[in-house]
Amino acid sequence: MSTISREEVAHLARLARLEVTDEELDAFAGQLDVILQSMKTLAEVDTDGVQPTSHAVPLVNVFREDQPQPSLPRDAALAGGPDTFEDRFRVPRILDEEA
Amino acid sequence: MTKLNTFEQAVATYEPVLGLETHIELDTNTKMFCGCSTAFGAEPNTQVCPVCLALPGALPVANKAAVEATIKIGLALNCRIAEWTRFARKNYFYPDMPKNFQTSQYEEPLCEDGYVDVVVDGKAYRVEIERVHLEEDTGKTLHVGGTTGRIHGATESLVDYNRAGIPLVEIVTKPVPGTGALAPEVARAYTAELRDIVRSLGVSDVRMEQGSLRCDVNLSLNRPGEEWGTRTETKNVNSLRSVERAVRYEVRRQSALLDAGERIFQETRHFHETTGETSPGRSKEEATDYRYFPEPDLAVMEPSREWVEELRASLPELPRKRRERLQAAWSLGDKEMQSVVNADAVDLIEATVAAGATPSAAVKWWLGELSRRANESGEELAAMRITPAEVAELQGMVDDGRLNDKLARQVIDGVLAGEGSPSDVAAKRGLEVVSDTGALEAAVDEAIAANPAVADKIRGGTHAAAGVLIGAVMKATKGQADAGTVRQIILDKLG
Repeated sequence: MSTISREEVAHLARLARLEVTDEELDAFAGQLDVILQSMKTLAEVDTDGVQPTSHAVPLVNVFREDQPQPSLPRDAALAGGPDTFEDRFRVPRILDEEA
Repeated sequence: MTKLNTFEQAVATYEPVLGLETHIELDTNTKMFCGCSTAFGAEPNTQVCPVCLALPGALPVANKAAVEATIKIGLALNCRIAEWTRFARKNYFYPDMPKNFQTSQYEEPLCEDGYVDVVVDGKAYRVEIERVHLEEDTGKTLHVGGTTGRIHGATESLVDYNRAGIPLVEIVTKPVPGTGALAPEVARAYTAELRDIVRSLGVSDVRMEQGSLRCDVNLSLNRPGEEWGTRTETKNVNSLRSVERAVRYEVRRQSALLDAGERIFQETRHFHETTGETSPGRSKEEATDYRYFPEPDLAVMEPSREWVEELRASLPELPRKRRERLQAAWSLGDKEMQSVVNADAVDLIEATVAAGATPSAAVKWWLGELSRRANESGEELAAMRITPAEVAELQGMVDDGRLNDKLARQVIDGVLAGEGSPSDVAAKRGLEVVSDTGALEAAVDEAIAANPAVADKIRGGTHAAAGVLIGAVMKATKGQADAGTVRQIILDKLG
């Protein structure tokens, strides 16, 4: 019995704007299920009193000086987007007021 | 739609609880986590790089100047500076951030537990600050294809990421109860004070109209003695006046709903500058769960106490101190100074005095004639088309006897209409006091000839009757004569 449904995977894919085929939905549901099961196994470990790890390396106060560096050429920057228009990234309409 | 209550009805029944969230764009040279320039007005997507576009493998590094600026803001707001603090990812899917998350701070903000004191109507209010944290701004989206330019009906959105990643400081107050009918003014006074404090630090230009200071207004109502109500969060509040209006409108709207037995939904609303109303907005994400987690790509920060004390020692004169200094220099009473502060005229008057006007003349113009006009047109004083230098010039012309008060007001009309400096306007409109005594004497002679009975009275010693002749001369010269001079000429001739 899957703990994550096909519909949930479809919902997540839509939020992430990923195109997923029906076959992939089944495949991902199965794979995500394995991951979730593994998490459940991990969750059995007693971690009371243990600080959660957020960083693997014990570095603190890593800063840069406020000095401008060259940006990407615009064409190179836009090349990463699925679609562009008038030097901007073009995306499907979004349901919110203007930012 | 339920009919609105009047504000007075509303605050007679309910107690408002305010909360303010302010975002301030820092004016660092570079973005928060990469070296891209933050210069305003560049061509779209020319100030982006692998880090702020979130290309695979890019590694963000925090901008030291932004961290320092945030600590300074925290110190100026009487906050405690964290000894251990880190960034967190705020996850949401929305194209204004290419990363699908915004780097922000969650449970460990840089600064906590401060306060800002404001005075409204002679009463002091302490607005407590819950937190000051550092995050990054989003990109700018442009919605196209619809008829309105707004998102409703838009078919697609165009995104410019130049702004994405610019350091943004968020300042959140604790709930502010107990302001009653003064809630709108307290909200405004707090925002103005916060703006002035941040401006004095020189870390942001805090221009509300340009979006470098943005305000969200939270408001709930409750009946006296009852628990606090459900709050709404109003966004898109882009001027001090709007802060006041947004609070006022929400008080009126919510009270009408509560009176009708309806409930308030916790929602985001948008303020509309033209109508002064708020309307429900849509949320960015279907789930409001941002799934925050610590940002693993950025090192934890442990601001040393030495560093914090160094920054504290570097703080400039803060607005409260500056106001005390200016109040003494300008010889103003507490009440008068408070009017200057509430009218947001401190900077304007200081600049007018620096341009050569006396403090009392500068206060007179900005709090009198110019405030009256700003109220009429619904503008902020500082947004009016007259500069402190022009006000000083105008006063100089009055002092020189080239303008009287009536003419000066007409000159203001011209300056506000964009006709140029006061001397330009006076020249173009022919608005100079007639100082040609020959012309004035001729006008006086005419007035005497036209009013023989009055002239006899004055000859008989009733000097008060001169007013009639002065009036006639002023009329004949279209107000361009100096009343004192005219009076003197009349008395010379008849006395």
